[in-house]
Amino acid sequence: MKITVEEDRCVGAGQCVLAAAEVFDQREEDGIVVLLDADPSDELAARVRDAAIRCPAMAITVAE
Amino acid sequence: MVGASAAGLTAADTLRREGFTGTLTVVGEEPHLPYDRPPLSKQVLAGDWQPHRTTLRPAADLQRLRLDLRLGCRAVGLDPITRTVTLADGERLGYDGLIIATGLRARRLPFGHDLAGVHVLRTLDDALALRAELLAGPRLVVIGAGFLGSEIAATARGLGLDVVLVDVEPTPLARQVGTRVGELVADLHRGHGVRLQLRRRVAGLTGERGRVTAVVLDDGTRLPADAVVVAIGSVPATDWLAGSGIPLGDGVLCDHTCRVAPGVYAAGDVANWPHPTAGGRVRLEQRTNATQQAVTAAKNLLAGPDGATRFTPTPFGWTDQYDTKIQIHGWAPADSQVEVVDGDPQTGGFVALYRSDGRVVGALGWNSPRALLHHRRRIADPDAV
Repeated sequence: MKITVEEDRCVGAGQCVLAAAEVFDQREEDGIVVLLDADPSDELAARVRDAAIRCPAMAITVAE
Repeated sequence: MVGASAAGLTAADTLRREGFTGTLTVVGEEPHLPYDRPPLSKQVLAGDWQPHRTTLRPAADLQRLRLDLRLGCRAVGLDPITRTVTLADGERLGYDGLIIATGLRARRLPFGHDLAGVHVLRTLDDALALRAELLAGPRLVVIGAGFLGSEIAATARGLGLDVVLVDVEPTPLARQVGTRVGELVADLHRGHGVRLQLRRRVAGLTGERGRVTAVVLDDGTRLPADAVVVAIGSVPATDWLAGSGIPLGDGVLCDHTCRVAPGVYAAGDVANWPHPTAGGRVRLEQRTNATQQAVTAAKNLLAGPDGATRFTPTPFGWTDQYDTKIQIHGWAPADSQVEVVDGDPQTGGFVALYRSDGRVVGALGWNSPRALLHHRRRIADPDAV
């Protein structure tokens, strides 16, 4: 899977971190998403998809 | 799906992901492709985003869902016995499964809405009409200092307008975050030049030649206004369900699995369900809840009552006003004890915990997204209750 994030859409909700902390983090100062792993292993796929769905700003795109 | 906003569309998306290959009909009252509401009072009203940027899914993604998407099409009735939804044009749609996601309508004052210059903000069209009005540089009065009214006041100040924000409570966001943090929100608005009229009810609106001229408060104060926004909350859009036999109260009454009746589920702003840490039934007007509840409702619809899971989220909401981001996990009841546990409200960002009966029920972050997430784990786990 291939993940892209749009920083200028991100609202810093942190829902992606709650869903998959191995893949997403937040900048300290404003909470904007930091992508730790753009191509995570398959066992994380379900949680990454969950992160994309939970994101209230639709800032995460997952291509499979 | 009746309702084509975040919850309705997410339910459709989930049904496809879970392997449903049958016909998926999505009925939406508005003519626009499904769009997102949180940017309406901020980026769209400010003019920073063109309307199309609020679209919930690119056209190609919508295509892939193979929807029978009925836009500009209002549901007017439901018969859960014959499993039929009736549309405004008289068409009747049969269903095997139904997800009710009709959301909210803006609550209105009992007077004044016939005057030009008086607005509500719920839809994209509402936002564009209000933006057109604000571009003329009116003196603006915002009635209601909840999330929506406060955000509109902040956006209007960003456009350089003269803004008065009115609320019956002692602070803005008093119902949402309590008065302790609400005082800080009041300071934030005063610091940006908004005039606050608190502990005041609106007694009436005055107009001349069909156009609003002032807002009159209960103490006789007359606030001259060229434009007024009424942001006094919302009502669940359940009028189309009257007489259907679907249980209604404050919204559509679901069980703890989002189920309403055989084959009928509800999700999003319209859904009211018993939550283990809320002390009873809740209905959440939150963007993240719309999607999370839609996922659960769709999965439970496919699984049937025996395979259903309980919907027990820890709620999350946020508001962006000026350069301040306030985020809340869990609950922030007005009577809870509020303790700052990180940072300092006098100097900048902070995190506060909300305690009710000695239990941590919520955490609020003020410009502290990452620290807030750290403290979120102290909130009582709904699944452990």
